[in-house]
Amino acid sequence: MTEQPQDEAPLAVEMRQIVKAWPGVVANDHVDFEVRQGEIHALVGENGAGKSTLMNVLYGLLQPDSGEIRVRGRPVRLHGPRDAIAQGIGMVHQHFMLIPVFTTGENIMLGREPVRPGGFYDHARAGQEIAALARRYGLALDPNARMGDLPVGLQQRAEIVKVLYRGAEILILDEPTGVLTPQESAELFGVLRDLVKSGKTIIFISHKLKEVLEVSDRITVMRRGRVVGHLLTRKTSEAEIARQMVGRDVLLRVDLKPARPGPVALAVEGLGANSDRGVPALRGVSLEVRRGEILGIAGVEGNGQSELMEVLAGTRRPTAGRIRLGDRDITALDAAAIRTAGIAHIPEDRRGAGLILNYSVAGNLILGHQRDGSFAWRQFVLRLRAILEWARRLIGEFDIRTPTPQTPARSLSGGNQQKIIVARELGARPTVLLAAQPTRGVDIGAIEFIHRRIVAERDGGAAVLLVSAELDEIRSLSDRIAVIYEGRIVSIESGDAPEDRLGLLMTGGSAR
Amino acid sequence: MTVLSDIGHLLLTADLWHAALAAAVLLLLPALGGVISERSGVVNIAMEGMMLTGAFFAVAADLILHDPWLSALVAMVAGGLMALIHAVVSIRFRADQIVSGIAINIFATGITVFLINRFYGLQDVGHLPPSELLPNLQIPLLDQIPFLGRVLFQQNVIVYVALILLLLVHVLLFRTRLGLRIRAVGEHPEAADTAGINVYRLRYGAVISSGLLSGLSGAFLAIGISNTFVPNMTDGRGYIALAAMIFGKWTPFGAFIACLIFGLGQAIYDNNSIIHVSQYLLSMLPYILTLVVLAGVVGRSQPPAADGIPYAPGTE
Repeated sequence: MTEQPQDEAPLAVEMRQIVKAWPGVVANDHVDFEVRQGEIHALVGENGAGKSTLMNVLYGLLQPDSGEIRVRGRPVRLHGPRDAIAQGIGMVHQHFMLIPVFTTGENIMLGREPVRPGGFYDHARAGQEIAALARRYGLALDPNARMGDLPVGLQQRAEIVKVLYRGAEILILDEPTGVLTPQESAELFGVLRDLVKSGKTIIFISHKLKEVLEVSDRITVMRRGRVVGHLLTRKTSEAEIARQMVGRDVLLRVDLKPARPGPVALAVEGLGANSDRGVPALRGVSLEVRRGEILGIAGVEGNGQSELMEVLAGTRRPTAGRIRLGDRDITALDAAAIRTAGIAHIPEDRRGAGLILNYSVAGNLILGHQRDGSFAWRQFVLRLRAILEWARRLIGEFDIRTPTPQTPARSLSGGNQQKIIVARELGARPTVLLAAQPTRGVDIGAIEFIHRRIVAERDGGAAVLLVSAELDEIRSLSDRIAVIYEGRIVSIESGDAPEDRLGLLMTGGSAR
Repeated sequence: MTVLSDIGHLLLTADLWHAALAAAVLLLLPALGGVISERSGVVNIAMEGMMLTGAFFAVAADLILHDPWLSALVAMVAGGLMALIHAVVSIRFRADQIVSGIAINIFATGITVFLINRFYGLQDVGHLPPSELLPNLQIPLLDQIPFLGRVLFQQNVIVYVALILLLLVHVLLFRTRLGLRIRAVGEHPEAADTAGINVYRLRYGAVISSGLLSGLSGAFLAIGISNTFVPNMTDGRGYIALAAMIFGKWTPFGAFIACLIFGLGQAIYDNNSIIHVSQYLLSMLPYILTLVVLAGVVGRSQPPAADGIPYAPGTE
């Protein structure tokens, strides 16, 4: 952790009584927010708490209905990103503002390109500018590399350099670690500390409490459009922040009764599969999941876990190997037949593969079961009343916050969208549950709920295969942990394997 | 087999290649317009309509002004105004760009026929004397080169203009700051916006440029190659230009190569009297080439990432 900034350090940003309302929602309700120069200030809160709105106001993307903003003590009016940039404010967006087909140099220069007379883009000067920034901040980048070819960590670095190139003194980072591997996150934190040492001020938006504790100096907590707490990082704890965020005590650890594993429910032997780009993603994966246990798959994203789940769910063809469900060989079955056979799937791409966003909540709750006799007459005419009844039951049981069952899934929050999927998949009482990133981008409250339901499924005798990018999630839920690396299971560990050992295995190190 | 040997003989004549280049340029201008428009992220299938409008106004203006140059300018403005409609509908009002494009094409057919009836009655529009057409330009000395001289240096003035524009558009898109920004807006408008670039202004400019270029092509057709206007005289060339743009993977030179192939098809058809096959079969040649190309002979080409997606800031 960096040295604590002096409490009397001057204010870099001062936002007073900011109000921003949309029809029906007050996103920012008289918010006061201040950041001292030279600190890493974390802004935390659940989805929809108003963090992004507040930061978009500070970056000039949104105009507040009322309130005052001061930058370095001077009142400012920010009518657009240009004004914010002129005030030395830069923003690294959650979804990168990078153009994959442009070079790194072009991406960084965009909007402030060096030109030769006649308006010609000056490649040479772009390269020099980037080299100068690299020297100054220790952020090396190849200006001629195609952005789309770079790993996510380097893309983010380019985003940071882009902001620095525009002369930012105050950097806003919106959920910067969401897409990073643990190694890349650690690297990012190092970069942030260096930037603060060279005099920059950083606002760090996150809902990952561990990171907030690791990297920030002070914390502002938001809930439902209001600021509900100011915390000094060295004097607080995860539980304290979570309580302020949610407004009640939150169980951060899942209570796991010891597993009582039954017979093998799902067995995979020598499974091979290609990625979307046609290169091998799975190179002979073998594993077994028993009834009544949770097997976690730990791995850095992109090592085959996504493909593994898709093959098991029947949405990707294997190139080798066998899959057995109990005694039955299901290798050749398609997705519908696999579902009927008793495998449920919470896909990692919630909005793309898990839901039809324009369909109603009720419609989404029967996806995959739309031909069942109870929902359709002769597999053809939908029984709307039965569907509605079923939807009402699941909405109650899984606490899906929706105005009506007919509301389109699109208008629900991420957490409630995920609950639709969880309700649908668990509602079918599966023998095997494939859960891929079941809580990605979901609020703490909903995470707690989804975790409890997954564990309840295990205790009810289902076999659960869990893939998650969050090592914490894997470790707190799994009875056994399989580590995947470059398409192979490199080790099977016990559920309480230490984090550093798993981290080493995940990156291809041997843990002997 | 006589058909093939007929075509073979034809391919050895300079006149055929001369005609092929002229026909290619007719397609190249709207294709360049399409490249600019779609690189900025606005799908443009309205080149046909903008070209037709340009052709009509070129003739109408020339009949009054007796000046082909001013008339070509009028044609460009007419094309540009049609493009402005497309721009407002698809950028400002974020309507479906395909639907807007189709509407403009139908509108262009209707408005030109309406104007003919309104101003020229049931007679034809009237023919222009050669002195009031866009002139052919013989480049001294160079036009004496055997074969190549006839093909390249005895062309209509618009052919030279178009070839210069080809080079300019290429340089603009891939060497200048403006081009970088146009492409940025077409790939990822949010990224451009947050970098302080005015997405709307660039898209308006790009779409209107496509109208200017298509209008010029219409003028070339009506008061360069022909000397009058007849209803629907563009005859699908705007669509073929669209195919050429896709064939050329949204690059100026790629589109030019495609235009040459289509132009060659057109030129072979125009010389059908010396080929012993039904002229109706031959007339299909450019269109069959278009279909074959669109069906993917060139492989799937990748349009700009934000092509056809209206930009609404802050919708994340």
